[in-house]
Amino acid sequence: MQTGNLLLLLVVMVAGAYYLGLRRSFALARPLGGIRHLHSLPFYFAMRSAMWCALPALVVLGLWLAFDDSIIRQQVLASLPAELQPTDASSYNLTLSKIQNVASGALPVNFVEPPIAAAAEHLQSLRQTSAMALTVVVIVLCMFGGAWAWLKVSPQLRARQQVERVLQTLFMLCATVAILTTVGIVMSVLFESIRFFGKVPVTDFLFGLQWSPQTALRADQVASGGAFGAVPLFMGTMLISAIALLVAVPVGLMSAIYLAEYASKRVRTVAKPALEVLAGVPTVVYGFFAALTVAPFIRGMGESVGLDVASESALAAGLVMGIMIIPFVSSLADDVITAVPQAMRDGSLGLGATKSETIKKVIFPAALPGIMGGILLAASRAIGETMIVVMAAGLAANLTANPLEAVTTITVQIVTLLTGDQEFDSAKTLAAFALGLMLFITTLVMNIFALHIVKKYREQYD
Amino acid sequence: MSQTTEKVRKTLARRYRAEKRFKAFGLGAIGIGLMALVLLFTDIIGKGHSAFVEYEIQLPVTFDAEVMDVSDPRDEEQLNYGNYQGVIRDALADRFPGVESRLDTRALNQLVSTGAGYALRDMLREDPSLLGETRTLWLLADDDVDLFLKANEKQREDSRLNEKQQAWVAELEASGETRMVFNQSLFSYGDSREPEQAGILGAILGSLFTMIVTLVLSFPIGVAAAVYLEEFAPKNRFTDFIEVNINNLAAVPSIIFGLLGLAVIIGLFGLPRSVPLVGGIVLTLMTLPTIIISSRAAIKAVPPSIRQAAMGLGASKMQVVLHHVLPLALPGMLTGAIIGMAQALGETAPLLMIGMVAFIVDLPAGPLDAATVLPVQIYLWADSPEQSFESLASAAIMVLLAFLITMNTLAVILRKRLERRW
Repeated sequence: MQTGNLLLLLVVMVAGAYYLGLRRSFALARPLGGIRHLHSLPFYFAMRSAMWCALPALVVLGLWLAFDDSIIRQQVLASLPAELQPTDASSYNLTLSKIQNVASGALPVNFVEPPIAAAAEHLQSLRQTSAMALTVVVIVLCMFGGAWAWLKVSPQLRARQQVERVLQTLFMLCATVAILTTVGIVMSVLFESIRFFGKVPVTDFLFGLQWSPQTALRADQVASGGAFGAVPLFMGTMLISAIALLVAVPVGLMSAIYLAEYASKRVRTVAKPALEVLAGVPTVVYGFFAALTVAPFIRGMGESVGLDVASESALAAGLVMGIMIIPFVSSLADDVITAVPQAMRDGSLGLGATKSETIKKVIFPAALPGIMGGILLAASRAIGETMIVVMAAGLAANLTANPLEAVTTITVQIVTLLTGDQEFDSAKTLAAFALGLMLFITTLVMNIFALHIVKKYREQYD
Repeated sequence: MSQTTEKVRKTLARRYRAEKRFKAFGLGAIGIGLMALVLLFTDIIGKGHSAFVEYEIQLPVTFDAEVMDVSDPRDEEQLNYGNYQGVIRDALADRFPGVESRLDTRALNQLVSTGAGYALRDMLREDPSLLGETRTLWLLADDDVDLFLKANEKQREDSRLNEKQQAWVAELEASGETRMVFNQSLFSYGDSREPEQAGILGAILGSLFTMIVTLVLSFPIGVAAAVYLEEFAPKNRFTDFIEVNINNLAAVPSIIFGLLGLAVIIGLFGLPRSVPLVGGIVLTLMTLPTIIISSRAAIKAVPPSIRQAAMGLGASKMQVVLHHVLPLALPGMLTGAIIGMAQALGETAPLLMIGMVAFIVDLPAGPLDAATVLPVQIYLWADSPEQSFESLASAAIMVLLAFLITMNTLAVILRKRLERRW
């Protein structure tokens, strides 16, 4: 039976268990003189039955679906004669896809060796057996669970407590998804990175000045080694982020100051959400804007004054990225500026300082730690931003500090390494995960540091 | 007058000037931000509005059985292999007699879109009696012709059409044999190599399925997690650890979630590439922190007196939460969920990682069909060399922004309407 149908059947059976549980609790309550003689409301008895019916079956179903494919695969491969046994990872994949294609009918049987055809048949039959066994097991579990719960219904049963405990456990499991995600991220980038560093030494990666990840498919091709020195990528990322911050910090900070200190309430209610729209625009739109409008414009400007500007200059990507992070800087700065106690303003103004002097000499220094935190957060955004640079920055790993030249960034390289033709297990593919690890660590450290500053600063005035 | 006052008075004008300058800087900064916004929108609209219309060319087409090689229009196989381009070629040759050389004939045939043949096939299927008849039809123009007709005098000089083609099109235009119609294919087809036949329906459907998966997974999990952390979690290391994780996940670059999807969901669990189901799972993990944080704020906003009253009447902790706190916090949670969904809808980078960037012509029918999403479609078109794709990408951006604006407005309205102030 198909999984979808099985799930549907499960829903029906659970509903049935619920109904039977409800009926039985009422039936038990009647001779006692009404449901007030039961320990819990009938709803809880019914829920308990439904849970007993559903949960064991669902757990088994989930585990089964997660692991049956790999188990069947191993069984099928083990059934192959010795000379067809795959020796390395790529031949493993090849043999497997051959068998699967024969099994699905995409590859005619007479195209392959007889053992492969036999294996395909074996695969088919194993799959059928697995699906059938799964159906039987799930239905049996469902019925036994439901029957068990039905039999256990009694006036003294503490059904509400049991149902609530299960619910609370479910809630807790949902909360741990956050931990699992972090663990998953760390594991996925770490393991592949370790494999990458097994092929390319860490020092070469961190301090190498040459980045050309094109590894050759055959050993006799030129440049078969590939170079994985990530310094040009780090520099490119920093260059573009620096340009972005150069745009975003003054503009964001000054707008925040104006909105917090000068603007009338009317201006504030219009300008603030309008600026925040900038944060809601998808990054792919900024990328489009940068690649097709800003970059040609800058190139044209450069040409008119006799400068040679690359068509994928760091300046275009940086400028547009700067626009994107203006609202991050401004809203965070706005928060910290308004958090500065009014008494400090009053004191300064009372001594005869003008408003701008108060802002520059009193409020700004007081808000500085918070503002620094905000800028750090914005910087980590800029470093991790992908679409703008993928569309507007180049692929060539130039080691330069000239904003008019094309540079490439960590995120651009991750995307190009993983969206092209992938070779299983090659240093090229694994390099993307090593870059991901660098990116994750960098942004994580920046975020923790920034949040720490902001938090410490808040406590100061609270 | 004391010396100090004298000193102050002397510098006063300068200080006031500095004050004015500072204020002007502030205003200028806001101006720059708003100008960037306006520039962005006008640029997109300026580039994209022309993609919502397309040009058609009027031609008298004869459904010649011999040229088409279709003897019985009711036979589906014959119908599918019919030579409709041939009929169109004949029609063009009739309209512009005297085109002799092979090069010119080929240039002439390029005026009509290659997709026009399918329109003829569909007409013939609808009405088999057309066989052998001659009808004056409006046929979809090729994208270069379309661009030429949409362009002004100056832009026409850079047209990709050659001089003869330009003359033919100008003749058609002058005699009223071209017309502008609403670009229906934009909203009824998937991607295509031919700009005039490419549409965003496939991408919209892909986005829809991805969003459904995301919503179905992230809203219940997010709300349950928020309820646990706010109402049940004991104050201990484990809970602190969960909180630290949520805060950090909110700031992890989205592309990292793509790596997670590629390595774990596709690599380890063996789900297929390029499908909305995987995209939805990845986006769920990405939006969960947003939803959890906003749901917690909504739960916190429910006053303790409500909980105490319910408890005083004998409700259990779980009953207090499920019967009283959750319904009262629901509007705030929904607002957070919509904002999270809007974020997810505009997200591109993690979906590139899990292979939702393939060229897919067919419309996806479910979350397990290979599909692409709207932002990825924009990325693909923006990267295409042909100029028409640029305006298509802008049009797709306009549609995407329309969705986002609708969602955010909905969130604002919901917050205003339903959220109670205590």
